[in-house]
Amino acid sequence: MNRATLLLTNPLVLATLSILALLAVGETLSPGFARGDQIIRLLTVSAILGMVAAGQSLVVIGGREGIDLSVGAMISLGAVLAGNVMAGSDGGIVPAILVAGGATFVVGLVNGLGVTFLRIPPLVMTLGMTGVVQGGLIVLSRGIPSGNAAPSLMSFVNRPLLLGVPGILWLWALVGIAMWFLLRRTQLGYAIYAMGSNERAAELTGLPVRLIRTLLYGLSGLMAGITGVVVIGYTGNSFVSVGDQYVLPSVIAVVIGGISLAGGSGNYFGVMLGAIALTLLQSVLITLQMEFWGRQLIFGGVLLLLMLLYGRTKQLRV
Amino acid sequence: MTLLRNRLWLVTLTALIALFVVNWILQPNLVTPNVLKSNLTVFLPIVLVAIGQTYVVLGGDIDLSVGSVVALVNVVTVSVIAALGGGPGGVMLGMGAGLLTGALCGMVNGLLISGLRFQPIVTTFATGIIFGGLALLVLPTAGLPVPAEYWRTYGGYALGLPVVLWIFIGALIAIAIISRRAFFKHLSAAGGQRTAAFQTGLKVGQIRIMAYVLCGLFAAVAALCLTGETASGDPLMGRMLALSSISAVVLGGTALSGGSGSAFGSVLGALVLGMIGNVIFFAGLPFDYQTLIQGLITLLALAGGVLVSRR
Repeated sequence: MNRATLLLTNPLVLATLSILALLAVGETLSPGFARGDQIIRLLTVSAILGMVAAGQSLVVIGGREGIDLSVGAMISLGAVLAGNVMAGSDGGIVPAILVAGGATFVVGLVNGLGVTFLRIPPLVMTLGMTGVVQGGLIVLSRGIPSGNAAPSLMSFVNRPLLLGVPGILWLWALVGIAMWFLLRRTQLGYAIYAMGSNERAAELTGLPVRLIRTLLYGLSGLMAGITGVVVIGYTGNSFVSVGDQYVLPSVIAVVIGGISLAGGSGNYFGVMLGAIALTLLQSVLITLQMEFWGRQLIFGGVLLLLMLLYGRTKQLRV
Repeated sequence: MTLLRNRLWLVTLTALIALFVVNWILQPNLVTPNVLKSNLTVFLPIVLVAIGQTYVVLGGDIDLSVGSVVALVNVVTVSVIAALGGGPGGVMLGMGAGLLTGALCGMVNGLLISGLRFQPIVTTFATGIIFGGLALLVLPTAGLPVPAEYWRTYGGYALGLPVVLWIFIGALIAIAIISRRAFFKHLSAAGGQRTAAFQTGLKVGQIRIMAYVLCGLFAAVAALCLTGETASGDPLMGRMLALSSISAVVLGGTALSGGSGSAFGSVLGALVLGMIGNVIFFAGLPFDYQTLIQGLITLLALAGGVLVSRR
């Protein structure tokens, strides 16, 4: 492989190039697409996706076919719980975050227990949990949109907070730094990579692999729940399927970010770029007035293309 | 536990009988020809999809795209029938086009996963999105009724027995034939010990592709049955089929790691899932709670199934 191809198959380079190309295409199609306030808007949407993808990243890096398909239902759960707890008043924001985050953390831990102790494949466990959470949401809200965002939460997500940048983007930056710190500067981070690349070896060195993996699913649930709170701040109210649209993009963002689905490698900065690239792509497709089916084809196609670039398993060609 | 290992289908059969009895108590007219027939009509699609899923899982893979395949086959079939004017010849051609679509979808999955060595879960997740998008392209909104002969035949009788029963019997005969062919043994070998299977000279790649094609074909037959039930096209049909088919496969005693199991077990698993839905419905639970209870029972059954079949 020569240097140019090597550079192009580097996820960070590829994601950055895609972002620049998509911005250029957007600006050509509709002048003003790449204006400052528009970019802030795009970044806000990217931040929501990026925050779910943070939890998804942890689960994927942890290995053993780690994937969390329940994040969509968890976002909905977080949004519905938060909306009902705060009921439009600023005083309810902190309790709302605690209730939403607490509930989704616990549900995530249950996912983790199923995956580690019952050895249910993550895909099946989290899909099954999706059904349970959705059923629970129907009971909780009787299928009717419910709960309102507090004014402060809405301005945190939608209005500039500091240096003309909304609070949500500062929060996302914090999540980015926290993820970097967790993965690169703590023992737990190294343990996650170790068990992701070779679980048996990690176990033999005495790492509590099952415990850590359970915690990872809990954290993924927690991040989805917090994202749910942000989502209700973004949209103003919540309904039982508000989170569904984030499931596939959260997986794609992780793959674009260069995290191997086999686990044990990658970092969150790539995923942040991936979330931005994906949001831009969505935005360009909407600018093109492409219909839903066309967007689905392109999304699925992009995912397959990425797998061709760096998602292929290094197994015997059988 | 040791006794039950690899005999999970026995547990499932027991559960099925128990559920049937409970259902009978809750719904005294259950054992009448009409009610049994309508139950079978409702269960048939998931039974068929679960049979197809079994072969993919046996080979150590998974197919999350089956739900979208069902939707795509449905809209292709109704569109071809409508385009050809709805005569008997058009109906046959439409069904043929549907079966071909299902086989092609399976072929695409198989080629990507076995040929290009893509990871099965995410690949079929992605192709599922694409097949779903294609279904919306072919038929943007639900509609396009099929000719009355189509659903009358499907809901009717042949040689004194309901057509749905004939299809069910046909499916059982098909799995009996497949399980006696060398392909079935090769597939189990490929799923259990892939490297060893490859080293003994099995064409593992081709075998896995065949499994995906079979899965696509069974999904297509399921779609044709669903079309007989709904009598029209719906691009969003079959959304939950991927999860329920995998649940049925696990309940039927097929290991998700591949290598051991049977399609017959999956049939039992699918029937159990259907009966759970029935019992919940007739137990008179508030409607709001039904999705939750069904989800919980499915999850518990999955956990139990994996626990018993663990090697």
